[in-house]
Amino acid sequence: MLEIKNLRVSVEGRKILKGFNLKVDAGEVHSIMGPNGSGKSTLASVLAGRDGYEVTQGQVLYRGRNLLELKPEERACEGVFMAFQYPVEIPGVGSIQFLTAALNAIRRHRGEEELDAFEALKLFKDKLKQLQMSDEMLHRSVNEGFSGGEKKKNEIFQMAVLEPSLAILDETDSGLDIDALRIVADGVNALRSPERAMLVITHYQRLLNYIVPDYVHVLVDGRIVRSGGKELALHLEEHGYSWAEERGPAEAAGARS
Amino acid sequence: MSAAVKGKGGLEGYLESFKRFQNGAGGPSWLREVRRAAIGRSAELGFPTTRDEHWKFTNLAPLAKKTFRPASAGGKITLDDLAAFVFRGQESARLVFVNGRYVEELSDPCAQPGGVIACSLAQSLGFHKELVEQHLAKHVDYERDFFTALNTAFMADGGFVYVPAKAVVQRPIHLIFATTKTSSPVVTHPRNLIMVGEAAEAAIVEEYVSLGGDEYFTNAVSEVVVGESAVVEHYRVERESLRAYNIGTLRVQQARSSNVFCHGVFLGGALVRNNVHPVLAGEGAECVLNGVFMPRGRQHIDNFMWVEHASPQCGSRQYYNGILDDKATGVFSGRIIVHKDAQKTDAKQTNRNLLLSDEAQMDSKPQLEIYADDVKCTHGATIGQLDDDAIFYLRSRGIPAETARTLLLFGFAAENLERMRQEPIRRYVENLVTDRLPRGEILRNLS
Repeated sequence: MLEIKNLRVSVEGRKILKGFNLKVDAGEVHSIMGPNGSGKSTLASVLAGRDGYEVTQGQVLYRGRNLLELKPEERACEGVFMAFQYPVEIPGVGSIQFLTAALNAIRRHRGEEELDAFEALKLFKDKLKQLQMSDEMLHRSVNEGFSGGEKKKNEIFQMAVLEPSLAILDETDSGLDIDALRIVADGVNALRSPERAMLVITHYQRLLNYIVPDYVHVLVDGRIVRSGGKELALHLEEHGYSWAEERGPAEAAGARS
Repeated sequence: MSAAVKGKGGLEGYLESFKRFQNGAGGPSWLREVRRAAIGRSAELGFPTTRDEHWKFTNLAPLAKKTFRPASAGGKITLDDLAAFVFRGQESARLVFVNGRYVEELSDPCAQPGGVIACSLAQSLGFHKELVEQHLAKHVDYERDFFTALNTAFMADGGFVYVPAKAVVQRPIHLIFATTKTSSPVVTHPRNLIMVGEAAEAAIVEEYVSLGGDEYFTNAVSEVVVGESAVVEHYRVERESLRAYNIGTLRVQQARSSNVFCHGVFLGGALVRNNVHPVLAGEGAECVLNGVFMPRGRQHIDNFMWVEHASPQCGSRQYYNGILDDKATGVFSGRIIVHKDAQKTDAKQTNRNLLLSDEAQMDSKPQLEIYADDVKCTHGATIGQLDDDAIFYLRSRGIPAETARTLLLFGFAAENLERMRQEPIRRYVENLVTDRLPRGEILRNLS
């Protein structure tokens, strides 16, 4: 589904990703772990299509297509979804209006019938119910005045509504208390399916107790230095990122087969 | 200098036509006396120039040198022309003024609770003369302001609303001022007098529109007198022709614990001046000045807020958002004056502006004049572009870039629209704003 080859990315002239490789197949959940400044969020931003990131080398193939040449909205329509680390507050834009616009843009792209206001609202309410979230947020402006936890939950709710093929969670766990974390993780787990791939980007192992990944990759200084199964996350928790770094990229290259 | 000279030139025309007007207008002697004093004051004041502190950012020379003849009554308008001017889902009283004069056939004052009066000012001079005499021209300061003086000199018609104590007016009162196509540019001086008694409630909408009118001048003045603990929502919807001049003055006098919303939506006009002047005269009075203005092309919209705290424990809020496109220019001056005795004043002012083009220009000027020592006054102004992070957020959910921009522009205006408490009126205004946005039709399908 997703293949990233030798990706090199600079931000304002500073090299952030320095030859990043990753292959994700449908049905898999991959976790990217790394310390602050290792390039985790840059990776998410580049995949979602945010401005200000210069790809100097490498390739990102999504379902065999060059993802990098698509506009952000085209990526979304093709099934790429990023849960933001810092969801944006948009005063004055109602959540229902926003989500209906998004959902119908994607449905149009897929050649599906657009939903009218009534059908859309019903769908939103059903999804919220499944996720055990309150539908109160529907009647507010997008993320406006939401707590950190509410914002993250809202990201998961949007993901449930838009049903992406590739979901990228950019530090969705940061700043969440354990209850919110559980709700977020349950939401993510409910969306796991053989057709859907997920990239869970996190600093801490804690989230992976709830969202158990198939693969864990350790990102240090713009490169994956080590890959392994879910037990790698536990190992990291015990030994810290410096441990993974010491083992060096050469060993990591062969870690996943 | 040249502006002042030209100003005097244009002024001659008004002085000339005043003689004919005063002879034909009739009215009680006190009114004739006020008009005479006001034209005298207009002549002394003359058109303001950009050297006048209050008109620094608005050049009136084009208006001052132009000759407008007084509009004549009538104009061929039918009910069909007014079909769109309704608040869906809400009955309202409607008073229609065409070219400055009340037109009974087009109006529907509708049934209101006992004692409530909604009629034309001309009618009120006949039927409610004591009320009129007591308040008309008693609150605005025509000694100081040229356009108010000019309006006062020529005042003849407009809305007259009287709400007795404790009456709750369920149906909004909609005053429509329409200017029609005329053979040469005309001027109207709508004059509104609105009185809301103790513990009463009312919503009043003043709407200024062009029905085929092209170049003309609307010089409107409203006096709103609000009794103790009364709640008033006043809306001013300005959507004149793009070649029209609109100078509007809203003067609100507030008694103890009264609560007033002055909403404004400014869409039309070549040159627009929006004066809002509440005086919080009674203890604990509160007012909200909430407006959105959206000039484009070469439109110029100048918002001039003058909020006077004259008693203790009063609160005022100013929220003005501007969206400026093309070569449009905008002004926001927000003066807060806290008089000596107005302790515990709580005054706040925000003016946020979006510039959609490199050539649009905005001048924002907060001014605080504080003579009391125990007060809380804050102000803030921003001038900028749409938030890139917000655009990206919307696009990342599949929303095309253009739609994202339109949504955000609407959201920016919606911050003000959401403060409008009468839902049918708010929806009416939302539609006007939506139609005004680039690709606004996109939003029609989303709600």
